[in-house]
Amino acid sequence: MAANETTNALAELVRDNEKEILPEWLELQKRAGSLQTGRITEAELSQQSAEFLHLLRSGLAQGGGEVASSAYAPAREFLSNLSRSRALQGFSPTETATFVFSLKQPLFNSLNRDRRLAPAELARATWAFSILLDELGLLTFESFQKSREEVILRQQREITELSTPVVKLWDGILALPVIGTLDSERTQVVMENLLQHVVDDSAEIAIIDITGVPTVDTLTAQHLLKTVSAARLMGADCIISGIRPQIAQTIVHLGVELNVISKATLADAFAVALRRTNRAVTKVKSANGEDAKAKVASAEKGE
Amino acid sequence: MPTTRTDRLDIRSSDDVVKVRQQTRTMAVEAGLSLVDQTKIITAASELARNTLDYGGGGEICLEVIHDGSRRGLRLTFEDRGPGIADLAQAMRDGFTTGSGLGLGLGGAKRLSNEFSIESKLGIGTKVTIARWKA
Ligand SMILES: Nc1ncnc2c1ncn2[C@@H]1O[C@H](COP(=O)(O)OP(=O)(O)OP(=O)(O)O)[C@@H](O)[C@H]1O
Ligand SMILES: [Mg+2]
Repeated sequence: MAANETTNALAELVRDNEKEILPEWLELQKRAGSLQTGRITEAELSQQSAEFLHLLRSGLAQGGGEVASSAYAPAREFLSNLSRSRALQGFSPTETATFVFSLKQPLFNSLNRDRRLAPAELARATWAFSILLDELGLLTFESFQKSREEVILRQQREITELSTPVVKLWDGILALPVIGTLDSERTQVVMENLLQHVVDDSAEIAIIDITGVPTVDTLTAQHLLKTVSAARLMGADCIISGIRPQIAQTIVHLGVELNVISKATLADAFAVALRRTNRAVTKVKSANGEDAKAKVASAEKGE
Repeated sequence: MPTTRTDRLDIRSSDDVVKVRQQTRTMAVEAGLSLVDQTKIITAASELARNTLDYGGGGEICLEVIHDGSRRGLRLTFEDRGPGIADLAQAMRDGFTTGSGLGLGLGGAKRLSNEFSIESKLGIGTKVTIARWKA
């Protein structure tokens, strides 16, 4: 019996035994816990199973020997979509691959029940089914993996954008609190983002706060310096704040000269920015008059 | 010198440089280094790991928590099979770079460490070892 005949026989077998195969398969999937997490309903699962069985049968009927052949293109696509949606729904890779692998037993059972096959044909057919399902199972793994990687990449991009917000502290004064490592990809985003805001707000002063940067090495320092010079070209002076004592020491040992005004805290940097833009913060006289606060306020006014 | 823990990591991508920094931090804490000393050796590790990646074409780092009598510390060894460095004195000089850096990595790593040694053979590779002791 040639490969083509084998697959034809298998197609017939699936068609004739669908009534037994489908419930048996569903039962096995349920037993493997496919519904336990509640991420898909029983109706969905049985609809997916029926559809896949149908696609598998039509692939077999077209004489598909190899999973890569065009006969299985619809079945492959169906599995990719299934794996993808399961990856997004938070299924584990094993749970996802169980969909295909648990079909083996019902198919073998129906082969064994089929009295038309001679022992040699039975062996060949079993082997053919086995290979086919293994390959389809691996395909689900691959699509699953790919979808997960896409999710991770997307999240990375989101984090990159999320973690570099530019905030306006006052007219003409911007702050950029940097959190995390300034690796090359992120620095690009940080820099462009800051420069865009400098232009949009006609900012005079941009405060780059690095309290949340764990390590400042020569690369990070270089990125900071580039950002500072670019901002200067757009007409804004930079102040770097949040250099913690241990980071300050390290920068000195590295030999990096940050030729920028730097302040210990964002608050200090803001005070400098206000002074430079000819503004001051003063305390307001409280409602009930002559208390200590009022004295401080007037003292500040006087200086 | 007795070591209480040894760890190895590949340095093949910039993600690996991040991992080197993280592992250096973990083991610096284990060696009992102060916050300032931790920051110093993490920064040195970051420099040397990036050199290994950018100029050495990748390589590996060996991290060891070491004991010498009652002293504890962390030793890091970076090794690559890259092109090697022709003139070590020149490479160590502040401001010298064949890339687009500041040229401060090697000199900086030396100043941030208590011990520093570098060996390099043209066409064979480069090996840099640093150590930081608990103050
Ligand atoms: N592992 C290595 N293999 C080959 N060449 C190296 C290696 N490490 C450093 N070098 C050479 O030594 C030079 C100086 O290195 P150093 O780390 O001091 O500066 P940089 O990497 O060029 O810039 P920076 O570290 O400041 O960003 C490098 O430009 C490079 O030519
Ligand atoms: Mg360097």
